[in-house]
Formats: sequence, structure tokens, C-alpha cells
Amino acid sequence: MSADPHATTGLAETLATIVVFAPLLGAIICGLFNRFIGEKVAMFVATALLFVAAACAGTIFIGHWQHSLHLPAEPIRIATWIHVGDLKSTWSIRLDAISAVMMIVVTGVSSLVHLYSWGYMAEDPHKPRFFAYLSLFTFAMLSLVTAADFMQLFFGWEGVGLASYLLIGFWYHKRSANDAQIKAFVVNRVGDFGFALGIMAVFFVFGTIEFKEVFAMVPEKAGVMLKWGVYQLPAIEIIAFLLFIGAMGKSAQFFLHTWLPDAMEGPTPVSALIHAATMVTAGVVLVCLCSPIYEAAPGTAGFITIIGAVTALFAATVGLAQNDIKRVIAYSTCSQLGFMFFAAGIGAYQAAMFHLFTHAFFKALLFLGAGSVIHGMHHEQDMRKMGDVAKHMKITFVIMIIGTLAITGVGIPHTPFGFAGFFSKDAIIETTYAAGMTGNTAAQMAFWMALLAATLTSFYSWRLAFMTFHGTPKWKADSDHGHHDDHSHSDAAHAHGLPAVAHINDAGQNAAGSHDDDHGHHAWHGPHESPWVMLVPLILLALGAVFAGSVFYDAFVGHHAKEFWGSSIYTAPDNTVLKDKYSIPGWVFYAPLVVMVIGLAAALYFYLFNEGLGKKIADRKGMAHAFLENKWYFDELYEIVFVKGARALGDFFWKIGDGKLIDGLGPNGIAAALNFGSKKAVKIQSGYVYHYAFLMLIAAVALGAFVLFRGA
Amino acid sequence: MDTLPILSILTWTPAVAAVLILFLPQLIKSPEAARANAARWIALVTTMIVFALALWMTLAFDETKAGYQFVERADWYGMIQYHLGIDGISVLLILLTAFLMPLCILASWTSIEKRVVEYMAAFLLLQTLMIGVFCALDIVLFYIFFEAGLIPMYLIIGIWGGKNRVYAAYKFFLYTLLGSLFLLIAIAWMAITAKTTSIPDLQAFEFAKDAQTWLWLAFFASFAVKMPMWPVHTWLPDAHVEAPTAGSVILAGVLLKMGGYGFLRFSLPMFPEASNDFAPFVFALSGIAIVYTSLVAFRQTDIKKLIAYSSVAHMGFVTMGIFSGNEQGIQGALFQMLSHGVISGALFLCVGVIYDRMHTREIAQYGGLVNRMPIYAAVFLLFTMGNVGLPGTSGFVGEILTMQGAFNVDPVTAMVAASGVILSAAYMLTLYRKVVFGVIVNPALNTITDMNAREILIFVPLIAAALYLGFQPNIIFDQTATSAVALVDAFHANFK
Repeated sequence: MSADPHATTGLAETLATIVVFAPLLGAIICGLFNRFIGEKVAMFVATALLFVAAACAGTIFIGHWQHSLHLPAEPIRIATWIHVGDLKSTWSIRLDAISAVMMIVVTGVSSLVHLYSWGYMAEDPHKPRFFAYLSLFTFAMLSLVTAADFMQLFFGWEGVGLASYLLIGFWYHKRSANDAQIKAFVVNRVGDFGFALGIMAVFFVFGTIEFKEVFAMVPEKAGVMLKWGVYQLPAIEIIAFLLFIGAMGKSAQFFLHTWLPDAMEGPTPVSALIHAATMVTAGVVLVCLCSPIYEAAPGTAGFITIIGAVTALFAATVGLAQNDIKRVIAYSTCSQLGFMFFAAGIGAYQAAMFHLFTHAFFKALLFLGAGSVIHGMHHEQDMRKMGDVAKHMKITFVIMIIGTLAITGVGIPHTPFGFAGFFSKDAIIETTYAAGMTGNTAAQMAFWMALLAATLTSFYSWRLAFMTFHGTPKWKADSDHGHHDDHSHSDAAHAHGLPAVAHINDAGQNAAGSHDDDHGHHAWHGPHESPWVMLVPLILLALGAVFAGSVFYDAFVGHHAKEFWGSSIYTAPDNTVLKDKYSIPGWVFYAPLVVMVIGLAAALYFYLFNEGLGKKIADRKGMAHAFLENKWYFDELYEIVFVKGARALGDFFWKIGDGKLIDGLGPNGIAAALNFGSKKAVKIQSGYVYHYAFLMLIAAVALGAFVLFRGA
Repeated sequence: MDTLPILSILTWTPAVAAVLILFLPQLIKSPEAARANAARWIALVTTMIVFALALWMTLAFDETKAGYQFVERADWYGMIQYHLGIDGISVLLILLTAFLMPLCILASWTSIEKRVVEYMAAFLLLQTLMIGVFCALDIVLFYIFFEAGLIPMYLIIGIWGGKNRVYAAYKFFLYTLLGSLFLLIAIAWMAITAKTTSIPDLQAFEFAKDAQTWLWLAFFASFAVKMPMWPVHTWLPDAHVEAPTAGSVILAGVLLKMGGYGFLRFSLPMFPEASNDFAPFVFALSGIAIVYTSLVAFRQTDIKKLIAYSSVAHMGFVTMGIFSGNEQGIQGALFQMLSHGVISGALFLCVGVIYDRMHTREIAQYGGLVNRMPIYAAVFLLFTMGNVGLPGTSGFVGEILTMQGAFNVDPVTAMVAASGVILSAAYMLTLYRKVVFGVIVNPALNTITDMNAREILIFVPLIAAALYLGFQPNIIFDQTATSAVALVDAFHANFK
């Protein structure tokens, strides 16, 4: 198929350049020039450019998969960014298997989300701004996944953070959205604190930040120690650990996960694109990209395994007790990211990337499907106020069930029949078991936690489906139906210790009001199916959620994994987990399926056959339920320790440090000591000192003039 | 060398214009409004000419040479010479001064209503003294410019400032004067010991190690106040709060840079061993400054005070970078100074835009501005992100390089500084939310208007600079590299 490798390499470079810059162009045109070319044209340009990018990315991906396109060995160099001494960062486009996969994921989901937003955001007065942000995000994400050095990666990393900030707070009049956007940015900054230090450590140890050069040097730096204060620490482990802190922030892992559920304040298409399919997976990409470093840092790899497994389980438990449809999916995302991380932690980077890939389809599907429900329910997000929606939204219902089948991992082992999540999740569980067999205790723990998490995933996913689509309708057409964010409002205000603000959405006083404002003023006749512009992206994603697993299994984690990933993922000679997964006990293959059935059966029992039983348990307000509903009280804990702590310290430094100590002993003290009466001081200040100063001024000028004449 | 004394022209043109403006009352008998307008236009045209000249000089500057260029030298009094010259460290600081000045004049166009003639004259004089500081190659000449710069600034705060302007001006004067006394004594001692006041000669002179310690401390006293470093920073918030908008821009944009410039021009080359010994001390103060003032900024209720505290934190990165003594640190510090000049200058101008309309700086009085001022919201967001150090803005480059510089020497200091990056996001984004987002609650804001053409015109060059330097910072490093490398090499030559 590949006649002239050189020619196809050139093609790949051209296509990749279009992929990266088309969204940027779209963002600029849509964001800055919408006043001149009109809203519709601006949005059309942004959407069309995204589809162009997706087509190019698709060509690269398929070409690489089918060996008809050769990816260049060297990154495309665009311009120098920072060059100080040996520290050099170049604006580049790196093309390898990882970036090829990520490009199609990012542009694929992004183009569909652009399309979907035509319907979802139809009534919003700020559509061009929304599309510009979406395109800007896509560009930042692409610059992240195609970076050739750590600095550009960081540029994309923070760039997607900016886009996330802007989009979470897109409805800027909502206080809860404003708080959520700040929380997202600041918590991510905690991660970036580690990431930035990681970059510095890389440069200090390796003398370069270029991926290729750094990775090649890892073996020779194996024993190097880094002096950190009074400690001597192993350099590679430190670098691995610091970079992972960054990954924890971006990918909402345990301890740094609190921003992700709150990020659901953003419009739903944003949640699908940024907070499910792409941005939050950046941490996984980072760890896989840096596989040469993590292969040499077993301590940190073990830490990643545990954090990933804990996140997978923790988020799944919280997901059990949430009633906001988007929050359930948000915790589910958090949990699935945990799966990807412990896969990377045990050395199955390919399995992590595979799950990232399939997850992008079915999680974007679930979010956009939920968005379709929310749209149809006139912006109701509380599942307790839904029920029996299937009858009114048939296509959305079918699509959501496909998404649920995919995330819960339905499929038949040893056959090509199964939904996308079945293949990728099983690959993770099998490799983890295989790693456990080699004596990796973290992997053994992760395996059992993963099975438990998979059970819970099945339960809460089906719970969501049943509560939303089946049972008795809890909504009443043409009546006063509450706004969804009543609950999240008080929730966020509580979490931040901020005074609850008046509910502004209903006031309708805001000319620049969001979507939300447009409803409630006219009669509502019950749930309605979404327009085709929203359903078509859903159908396309559903195809991915069905087939992405079976089609790409072989290339990603199967027998062709080595040639597919090439040099983009490095596995140490003793890391054979990917192969070992074929030689594990037979029951392991069936375990995920069994736990899926258990979760499904429980959900059927609680939410379909005995409707109201779940509500009864919740109403009993038991300690365990409260613990889960309040997300293990993380927000409350962080509020006390960090927010209140920072405030108290700030006040202390300001009032006592600056006020009493520095000023008290300094200028004010001197004034007092010199016995300046306040009245007298003012008189002296305003009178004589000015004269004195003017005199000095004139003298200075005269001096200058004198010098000039003498000098010339 | 070119016979055109470009540095003298740059330095003294504003002063000549200032004198001209001061004589306006005698020249124009027409009503005061006309005189004020004449003063505005003279100031604007002068500063534009100076900017054009500075730009030409920067382009003519040969960045491949390490020594001083455009040197002018004439005997003055005894060993003191009228000696000017620039290198890669000073050339861009002069350009920054010349760049900000016309923007300041424009920003004061309507907001200064009383004593416009004197105001414009004071600003022009200030420009003379600031440019003089950056190109003086005689230490006495430097001292004169350095200290005289205090006076116009003192007047700008004291006459055109806010309610507490007298206290602020007093504090500003007291702090800086105290620092200067030590500096003067040190300079006198150096002149007597080395028998020269020429800065290049003094840089070559090897002071005894004990003497270096005391000289370093004396210089430090003065420069630390100017930076300002913790714990001698408390004059800055008060000065900023009371200063008129343009005064704040120059204060943050240029005057604060004199301390950093002093460290680079004097402390490091003249007292290398002392600088090396005191580096941990400076690191500690820088780290404290970054964390402490960021936390204090978090609690401010006055917009200008918040940005002022944020300035102190950002200057902490500069001192940290300088005393790392390596290329990333020093180039990063220089870059950070220039970038901070643009970004904090722009932030103070942002405050000025709404202060002119509402006459309050209380954060609580605002909220929901985006509903009435979308252009302003976008501009303010850009500079908020710049201040937060988002990659793609100039704010990032200086921060990451100074931190890298510190990391090469002491990872713990870099770690402390990096925590400041979290805090800056917290206080800046909270400020932005309170001022810009939400719905309008204060009825007085219901009629507030978006930025007008003059205001947009002021921000366009600042936006261009913040973004261009963010994506192409090497345009700066190309200019500074040779001098910075020479400085680093000379510094390290002492420890071989």
C-alpha cells in the first residue's frame, strides 16, 4: 500500500498542520469578526473548519492504522518559542501514534460538539462567543497533544485550562458557574504547580526539555540524585512524581478531583467535549507519553496505580448517591479516568490509551444524550424530577442505552461482539491481573478495587437510565417546574462558604441572560425530542460506542499493538503485561461481565421493579448515604483547611504583619517618635515639603542643563 | 561611534518640553482650558517622539556586542563625568519607559482636571530622570537621576493623588530616602577607594571581600526599597492607591524596575562574592514576598491595593531570578521586569477606566460589568491572565525562567515561588469575578459605558505587547542575551 514513504510523510505533515491550525483560525474568525460577518456565518466557519480538521485527523489516523501513511520521525518545526541558554522550546507539531490517536479523538468529538451546539445553544444570545471558545479549546488541546517538548505541552495544558475556565463560566451571570470556573482553574493550578516544577527538574537533570532527547537519556540518568533542600532524592522518581501531580489536577484524580463535578455548571456540550472526552484525559496522555520515564520510576508508577484505583472506586461510590444527571456522569468520568491511570501505572499504557479512546465516544455520547434529555426537559437536571422520558424521546433513549451498555462493558469474552467499553475496560482489568501475578501488590489491590468499581459503575449507570427514562413521570407539563440549579446553587455556595446569593436566573432582568432564562415564561407540554442537528452527532458517537472497541482492539492492545504504537510508547523489556494478559486464569475474563450483571440486577431491583426504594433509602438520611451524597466531605474539608486557612493567613499578614509590625515599627513608628502631631504633620507635608521638593527639582534641572552644556 | 548623542537627546528632550510647558502660562494668555490642552498635546507629541527615538535606538543597537554602546563621555566635576551608555540590560528598559509614557499621557487626558500644566511637566521631568537612570554610566550621575526621580513622583502622588495622598507621599518619601542615604555613603566610599566614579571601571575593580559585604548591604537597602522587597514593601500599596492612574502605571511599570536594574548593574558585577553569599538571604526574602503578599492580596477590598500587592509578589520573582546568578534566572528576571511593566501597567489602566466612571476603587461597588462593558471585560481578562502567568502571555515566560533559574540553584526556593502561581490565580480570578461577572447589583452601574475610542487606543499596544512577547519572547532575549551572558560569565569567573 505504501509505495513512497517520503511522499506520504509529506502528506501527513500537511494534514497535521491543517488539523492544528484550522480550529485556531475558526476561533479567531468566530471570536473577533462575528460582528462583521454575522453570527450564523461565524458559527458556520468555526464548525466547518472543525470538520475539515477532523477529516484530516481521520485521514492521518486511518492511514497510520492501515500503514498507508508514514508518520514523520521528526516533529514539524514552526518557530522558536523560548530560547535562553540551553533551555529551548520550539513551537512544533509532533506526529506519532499517540498524537494521531489524540488528534482524531479531539477533532472528532469537537466537530460533533460544534454541530450539536447549533441545536443546544440555539436560544443563547452569545453563540459566537461559545463557538469561539470551543474552537480555541480545540486548538489548545491539539497543541498539547502534538507538543515536542515539555514547555509547549504546558502551553497547551494551561491553554485548555483557560478554555475550560471560560466555558464553565460561560453563563457568567450565574454565581455557581463563576465559583465553579475559579475552582477548576485554581485546583488545576495546584496540579500545574507540580507540573511546572517537573519541567524545571527535567531541564536541571537532562539539560533539555525536548521529549526525544530526554527520553533517550533516561537510562544514563538512572542513578542520579537531586538535592532538594536537605534531602537527596532519586531524580527520575522526582520528575515522574511531579509530572504526575500535574496529571492528577488535569484529570481530576483523588485529592484534586473536586473541581470536575462543579465544572458541570458549564453548558452540557462543554461537559461532553472538555470534561469527559478530551481535556480531562490529558493527564493520561502525559503519563503514556512519558512512558520511558515512568518505566524507570517504579515507585511513582506504584503511586499512580494506587491513586488511579482509589479514584476509580471513590468516584464510583459518590456516583451512587448523586441525583443531578450531569454530576452522575461527571463522577463516572472521574472513575473511568482512574481506570486509565492504574492501567498506566502497571505499565499497560496501551490499554490506558485504548480506554481513553473508547471512553471518548461513549462518555461524549452519554453527556450529549443527557444534554438532549435536559434540553427536552426544559433544563431540568434532577433525575428525581424525571421518569418515563423514554416514551417522549425515543431516539435519545436508545442512544443513552447504547452509551450505558458501552460504559458498563457489555460484551461476550473471546468474541468480537461487545460494546466499546467492554474491550477497553477488560483489557485494563486483564493486564492489571497479569501485573498482579508478577508480584506487583499495587496491581493486585487495583484489580479488586477495579472489579468493585465496575460493579458500582454498572449500578449507577443503570440507575441513571431507569430513573430518567422509566418509572412514573415526576414532571408535570405546563406547570411551575423548578429550575435545575436550585440545588447546585446552594450546594456550591455551601462548598465555598459563600453566602447564598439570590436566585438570579428567574429574575430575567439580565438582557444577556442564558438559555435558562428563556424558559418558564411560556407553556411547557412535557419532554420533547431534540432536533436532528443534535441527534445526528449522537448517532455518529453511538456508532463509535458500539464499534470502536472491536475494530481497534487488535491495533491498540492486541497482536499489532507493537507496530501500531511504534516508538511513541516505551515498555521496558521486563514489562510484558500486554502479552501476559492472554495467560491469565479463565475466570478473570468473565469477572467484568459478572460484576456488570450484579450491578444491573441491583439497579433493576431498586429503581425499576421497586421504584421508590432508592428514594426511601435516601430519605432515611443514613450516615453512609450522607457521606456519599456529600462526596466524602472533600469540599468541606478543603474549605476549612485551604480556603479559610488562606484567608486567615492573609488577614494575619496584612493586619498584623504589614499593619502592626512593619508600619507600626517603621514609618508610623518613626513619625510618632519624631513627635509629629497629626495636624502638624499634615501641615508640614502639604506645605513646606513641597517647596523643598520643588527647590530640589529646580536644582536638578539646573544641574542637568549645566552638565549638558559642559558635556557638549 | 555615531556622533549623534542619542542618549542625551532621549534623556533631555522631555525635560526641555517640561520647561516649555511650565512657561505656557506666560506664553498663552488665553483661558486655562486652552493652556491645559496645549500642555496635553505638547506632552503627547514629545513622548511620541521620544518613543520613536528609543525605538530607532533599539533597532540600531548591536545586540551581538557585550560592552556599552552609544557612549557619551565628558568631564564634569573632578572625577565625576557626564558618562552615558547602554547595553543589553538597559536598552529595553529605556524602550519600556518610552513605550509607557505616551499611554500615560493619553490615560491622563481627561481624568486630570486640575493643574494640568504642572502635571504634564512633572511627568515629562520624570521621564528624563528615568531614562537617565538607565543610561547613566557614572555612579554619581546615576545617583542623581535615581534620587531625583523621587521628586516628581512624590509630587504626582501628593498633588494629584487621592484622599490619603499626604500619608502615602510621606511614606514613599521616607522609605526611599532612608535607602538612599546608605547608597550615598557607599558610593562615596567606593569613589574614594577605587578613585573612579565610572561604572564600567567600578565593575572591573575588585573590592575586598569584607568591603563587599557592607557595600552590598548599603546598595541592597536602597534597591530593596525600590523593588520593593518584603519587608520594606508597605509604601507601595499606599502609594499606588493614592496615585493617579498614570502615576501608578509609571510606578509599577518603570520605577519598580530601578531596583532590579540596580542589582544587575551594581550588586552582581561589583560585589560578586557578597552577592553569592547573600543569595540565600535574597531567596528567602523573595519566597516570603511571593507567598506573603499573595495571601495579603487575596484579602484586599480595594482593587488598586490588590494589584499593588500582586506587584510585590511579581517582583519577588525578579529578585529570585537575579540572584540565581545563571542565564535562565537573569534573562528571566529582565524579561519579567519588562513583562510586568506592560501587564501591571495595563492592569492599573484597567482600574483607571472604571475609576474614571465610578470614582471608587472598592471591589464591592462593582460586579456584573460584563453586561455593560464587554470590550472592557475582554481586555481586563487578558491582563488578568497575563498577571496569572498563563502561557501565551508575557507573564508566563518571566515566571517560568526565574523559577528555572532558582531551581538550578535551590529547588526549595523554586517550589515556594511556584506556590505563588497557585495563589495568584486565586486572587486575580476572584477579583475578576467580583468586578466583571455576575449581574449588576449596584444601580449606579446601570448606565456605565464601555471603553471609548481613546481608551481602546491606549490598550491596543499593551495587548499587542503582552501577547507578542508571550508567543515570541525571543525578540527580547536576542537583545539581552549577549550582555546577560557576559554578566553571568563575569559573575561565575569569581568562583572558579
